[in-house]
Order: sequence, then structure tokens, then C-alpha cells
Amino acid sequence: MAEPLLRVEKLVRRFGGIIATDNVSLDVAAGELHAIIGPNGAGKTTLISQLTGHLAPNSGSVSLGGRDITHLPAYRRCALGLARSFQITSLLFDFTAADNVALAAQAHAGTSFRFFANARKEKGLRDAAHAALDRVGLLHRADVVVSRLSHGERRELELAVALASKPKLLLLDEPMAGLGVTESQRMVKLLQELRKEVSIVLVEHDMPAVFALADRITVLVYGRVIASGDPAAIRGNDDVKRAYLGDQHVVTHHV
Amino acid sequence: MKAFTVSKAVTALMLAGLVLLPLYSQASGNIFILTLFTRVVILALAAASLNLIMGYGGMMSFGHAAYLGIGGYAVGILAQEGVGSGFIQFPVAIAASALYALVIGALSLRTRGVYFIMITLAFAQMAYYVASGLARYGGDDGLTVYKRSDFSGLINLGNRVQFYYLCLACLFGVIFLIWRIVNSRFGLVVQGLRSNEQRMQAIGFPAKRYQLVCFVISGMMCGLAGALLANNTDFISPAAMYWTRSGDLMVMVILGGMGALFGPVMGAVVYLLLEEFLSQITEYWALIMGPLLLLIVLFGRGGIMGLLGRFNRG
Amino acid sequence: MLLVVEQFLNGLQFGLLLFLLAAGLTLVFGIMDLVNLAHGSLYMMGAYFAATFAAWTGSFLLGAFLALGATLLLGIVLEVVALKHLYGRDHLDHVLATFGLILFFNEAVRLIWGPAGLALPLPAWLTVPVPILPGIHYPAYRLAIIVVALLVALLLYLGVMRTRVGMLIRAGASNREMIGALGINIKLLYTLVFGLGAALAGLAGLMQAPILTVQIGMGENILILAFVIIVIGGIGSIRGAFLAAIFVGMIDTLGRAFLPNLLRQVLSSTAASTAAPALSSMLIYLLMAIVLVVRPEGLFPANRR
Repeated sequence: MAEPLLRVEKLVRRFGGIIATDNVSLDVAAGELHAIIGPNGAGKTTLISQLTGHLAPNSGSVSLGGRDITHLPAYRRCALGLARSFQITSLLFDFTAADNVALAAQAHAGTSFRFFANARKEKGLRDAAHAALDRVGLLHRADVVVSRLSHGERRELELAVALASKPKLLLLDEPMAGLGVTESQRMVKLLQELRKEVSIVLVEHDMPAVFALADRITVLVYGRVIASGDPAAIRGNDDVKRAYLGDQHVVTHHV
Repeated sequence: MKAFTVSKAVTALMLAGLVLLPLYSQASGNIFILTLFTRVVILALAAASLNLIMGYGGMMSFGHAAYLGIGGYAVGILAQEGVGSGFIQFPVAIAASALYALVIGALSLRTRGVYFIMITLAFAQMAYYVASGLARYGGDDGLTVYKRSDFSGLINLGNRVQFYYLCLACLFGVIFLIWRIVNSRFGLVVQGLRSNEQRMQAIGFPAKRYQLVCFVISGMMCGLAGALLANNTDFISPAAMYWTRSGDLMVMVILGGMGALFGPVMGAVVYLLLEEFLSQITEYWALIMGPLLLLIVLFGRGGIMGLLGRFNRG
Repeated sequence: MLLVVEQFLNGLQFGLLLFLLAAGLTLVFGIMDLVNLAHGSLYMMGAYFAATFAAWTGSFLLGAFLALGATLLLGIVLEVVALKHLYGRDHLDHVLATFGLILFFNEAVRLIWGPAGLALPLPAWLTVPVPILPGIHYPAYRLAIIVVALLVALLLYLGVMRTRVGMLIRAGASNREMIGALGINIKLLYTLVFGLGAALAGLAGLMQAPILTVQIGMGENILILAFVIIVIGGIGSIRGAFLAAIFVGMIDTLGRAFLPNLLRQVLSSTAASTAAPALSSMLIYLLMAIVLVVRPEGLFPANRR
């Protein structure tokens, strides 16, 4: 079997006496869309934060393309091709949409220790920004300051920012959180397009979306992986039904 | 230039006033006003350098006066040791400031927020005590600079008008540099870090490195102001880096409008003229100035530039 | 030996005074999230009040008690009139507004008491040397400072750890919304906490007054020391402030006393006497730098996560 793009091995993270990530192992193959689901408090965001380097695990390892990145800081992982979106929108609110994306492009196009030339006039960066905005359908809002964008637009902008860093692997932390029905549908369509170009780890509560999109699904309960497999297998898994899908309606209404 | 705005008009007027001031001074024979404005211009330069890290970089330094002292002592000490050339004094002043900024910045940037304020304040106070302990260079009493920096005939700092224009040129030069920096790749990263550090890390920027470089650049600019200040007063003492001086600089930046290119100039002009004006009315001018600052904080968000900007939005 | 014991006690005494100052500062910061530069002004006011009231009443103790009450009252007035409007604002706003207050207080003192300093003479019974060890005497007043400050520290500890108000204070430090949700009069609590902090600063000022001159700006340098203590001890932590204050008081006092001799062992005597004053005043800042490198969040942070 070929080396997976992302390999997580026996990851453990404790907060005081609570084990938020309990011996989690999972692989993401190149080109795959791998969904991580689980009830609230299952430790999904904690796991994502360890993958992106915002949180250090107590033990275990994370490797990207065969390279151990367990102890690299967030910005180095990003340089290696790992991009993320945040569950709670995290953007530069006093910058325009285009500036937000252009900065992500800038991080991956040469040094930023340039002090004199006007960066907003660098054609390469602007083109990359506009292309990424176009990709998520936000080009017409390029010059609007983020604080004036709607919630749905901000979620799309999060994606554009992640895309602009030309990642190998995209970690999406609940991209549909807080979106209305039509906005959610647009997001699913967008993800369907994106998955052709980039491998994706998707953390999401929206079950229909997950089952429509995912190649494989890993189910997390109380920080432990209780099942992992293709959507059909997960649907048929008794443990999952008992632990999770049985009260699916409860969970989805929590969001 | 795009549209005409009130703030642009006021800024242009103020700059024109600064440029033409020596003419007025000579025509009216009012020498005092030129001396006063030389000080205003030098402190505006210091405030502009603080604005780079505070307004654009979000780094609230409460120890910026340390550079005034370091720049000033570089000139004073070299002059006392027989090195009178400005071509040596000024680069040394700037380099010494850079070195101090590098060390203090590397330490202070390990923390953030209010810690950063306290730590920069504490280190500046340390610099103050060190200067007070320099017995060879006057200790507490300070050091008289008997001869102004010598630029081998290129410019004569002993001449009031020439010196004023040198200071003004330095101010404009620094503001031009800041303008280029904040619109450059580097400047966008620094401003992005002010806005959302976590996001910037996530898209691949190591935050500290950029902030530290910005901190050092700002320190160098303020060191230049220090070198000019020592020449202006022919004297340098620990008082130049006393913490209230750092407070003054912060007030100028905020009064003028943080993150506005010409805000610190506006702030310095208004603050120092107000001080001058109040001290002519009463000996106890700080009795008015203190509560005034409180009121500005409570009611005057965005500073003068913000206020002028409001005229346009209606 | 005699000198060592004496300097050691001096260090302890100075450290305890610093603690009184830092405790108020860190309480106010921890609970109201307010950075109060004018805390040093309250320290100064405590000293001026004490000198004035002692002169009026002719009694040191009575003067001290009146001064304590006066600073408490001044703190409450200050909070109600000015500072409470700053809660929830940016830290930078706090710095600026309270910087303005310092200007105001310094000038007000100059207007009322004049630019020259005041003296606060001690009563005779406090000036006698007290034997503490065989052959070693120590001034009664400095011993009294140590005892009073330790008592206050103990009361503060018991007050914060054991009483209902203390519980609210700790709850406030870790979770501001929670006390609001409990239906406690949060505004009153804040005013009281600020008053308490002011009284602590005033106490430190009035106790220090007989040792130093009472003068304008006396609160500013010591305020910066209090900041250093908070940085070293960890923000919002009373215990951290206590330990760091003792530590800083010791290092500063012992450094000034013994560093010149130590330097003379390694340097020529002229070089040593030049370097010693600068170096000894740098010591605590160097200590702060080391703490920042090793533990940027301070040695005893209040909320460990």
C-alpha cells in the first residue's frame, strides 16, 4: 500500500483528567475526502488543532506525506501543504476579502521580508487571490471589508483563504456551521468540486452532507475512534448506530 | 490622490505650515516659535515611529522614550569622547537603538497584551537607571553636548533654520518610509498579525519574526529622533527616557489617531502646543491636561484623524 | 554577619511593602481587567495624608489610621467618578486615562502641599532598636512594618480564600459573567475591590513615608517595581505577587548592599564602583528577563490551564 498523505498514529491529548483524544489513529489517502464525525464533545476540534499544530499532543505522531510533523509549528505545517478553515470564522476582519486571500498566497510565494514595493500591486498575488475568490464564487465581493460580509460569505472566504495556500490537504472544521439551507447546498456543491483537486479532511455535523461527500468516515466518540470505513459500512455499523446515529436528530439540532 | 476630504485638507495645511514656519519666524523675529517647533517636529518623528508598531503592528510599547535616550546618549558620549562627526554619531545612535530594540523586543514579544505594556515600560525604566548610573557621563545630572554633530560643512546644525529643516526632512523621510512599509508585503503581514495572529499562523506566517523586525525598525527611527533631540537641546539626561516621556509619545499617537500616517504629527503638534498654551495660563497646567486626557479616552475614539474623517461620512 | 542579617530584614521589609502595592494592582487587574497606572498615585496620597494628619493630630498612629481611611475613600471616589467608565475598554485606554490621572495627582499635590517634600517623624517608641538576636539590634519601626504587612497578607489570604466576598472575588477573576449571573451586585463589588486596592497602596505609602521623604512622584518608580513583580509572579495571582515581591525586595536590597563589594573581588576598584550602581539597579530587570525567557506566563500564573 502506498504511503498515505496524512497518517495519524496513537495520538493522545489530555486536559487535566479528561482524555480529549484517546489513542486516535487514522490515515487519509491522497485524493480522498475523509470525514470525521461524532457527537458534540467527541474531541473533533481538539483533533483538528493537533493536526494543524495549534495544540501539542501528549503522545503519538502525525506525519504528512511520510514526513513527521508532530512537533512542527503551525506555520511550518502550512508551508508543507496543510491548510485549515476554522469552526468559528477566523479572518482578518479589517482587511478586504481580496487582501485576506492575497496574504495566504503571499505566504507561499517568496519572502515577505520586502519592505518597499506595494504588495497590493503585485499582479501575481492579486491574480491568485482573485482566482481563489472566483473558485468559491466570491469574486464580486473581492474589495469588500470582511466585517461587512455575511456569515455565509465569510465561510466561503475561509475556504478561499485555505485554497490560496495551494494545499495538498485541506482540513475543514465544520464549514457548514451556522449556514442556512441554500447556503449549505452551495457549500456542498463547492466541496464536491474541490475534492477533485485536493484531499480533504472534513469535520461536520451535517449528516446528509457527510454521507453525500465522504469516501471514508471515521467516527469519534469520547475521543476514541469507534469505527472507520466507507459510508455504507458506517451506516451498517452497530456500534455507530448505538453510540451516535441513534440520536442523530438530537445532535443535528444542537448545531 | 482620490477624493478631497477634510482630513486630507487639514493635513496638507498643517504640513504647509511646518514647511513655511521658518519664514514666519524670520519675518516676525519670533525665534521662540522656531525652537518650539523644532522640538515638536522631533517628537513627531518619535511618535511616528511609535505609530508604526502601535497603530499598524498592534504592539503597545510603553518604553519608546528609551530610544530617545539611547540616540541622545550616543551623540553626547561620542561628542565627549572627541568624535564630533555626525556621520559617525547618527549611525551609531541608530545602530545602538536597533540593538536595544532587538534584545528588548525578543524578550517582550514572548508575551502579549498588558504584559507587553508593562515589560516595555520596565525595560525602559532599566535603561533610565543605567543612564543615571553613568557617573562618567553626568549620571543623574545628564551630559552637556558642547558641540553639535558636525556634517563637514554639508549642513550646519548650529544654524536654527538649517537644523529645523534637517529635522523636518527626517520626519518626512521617516513618514515616507512608513508609508512604503505599511503597504509592502512586510507591512501587510504585520497588520495581519495585529488583526488576527492565529489566522496568520495558520496561513503560514511565523508571527514573532515579523513583529520583531517591525519593532527594531521602529526603534531605529526613534533613535534618530533621539540623536536630533540631543542636538536640539545641546544636552542629554536620563530624564529624556523617563517613563512619562514614553507616556507622552503614546498620547501623541492616540490623540492624532492610531494607524493614520500623519496622525502622530497632528498629535504631537496639538499635544505640545496645548501643553505650551496651558502652561502660559497657569503654572499648574497638568491639573487640566490630566483630566483632559481622561476625557479624550472616554469620548474621543479614533483621535483627531478619526474626528476629521467623520466630517466626510456626514 | 550583623550587616547580612540587617540587610536581609531590610529586603524582607521592602519586599512586603512592594507586596501591598502589587496585591492591589493585581487584584484590580485580575477582577476588573483594569490596568491602573495611577495606583502609584494612591501610594503617594497615602504618604501625604499620613504626614498631614499626623501633624494635625500630633499622633503618628491616629494620623496613619485617618490616612488609611482617606485613601480608601479616595479610591472609591476615583472609581465611581472616573475609572468605572473604563471597564470593558481597551487596555490602551486604561493606560492613557490613568496616565492622565497621574499628571493630575502630581500637580494637585504640588498645588496643595507645594513642591518641597514632607517629613513624617516617628514617635520615640518606634525609633528604639530592638534586640532580635544576641548582639543584633533592628529598628522597631522596620520590624513593625514587617509585622503589619505580614498580618495584612495573612488577612488578605484568609479573606480571599475563606470568605464569601473572597469567593466572589475568585469567581470574578476566573469568570466575569458568572458572578453577574449569580445576581450579585457586581458594580458594588468592583467599587469595594478598587477601594481595597487603594487602601493597600495607601498603607504601603504611609508606612514607607517615615523611611523616605514624602515627595511628588514617589509612587511612580515603585509602581514600575510592582509591575515587574506582577510579571514575575503571574498576573492576577496574589500568591505569585507575594512570593515575587519578597524575591524582588531581597534581590534589590541585597544587590545594592553587597554587589559593590562582590564586584571589587573581580574588577579593579574604580571599575567596580562605576559599574556597581548601574548593575545593582538592573538586577531585578535582569531577573524579569530571565523569568520571561523561562516562563513567559510568570512563575505562579493565576489560571493554569
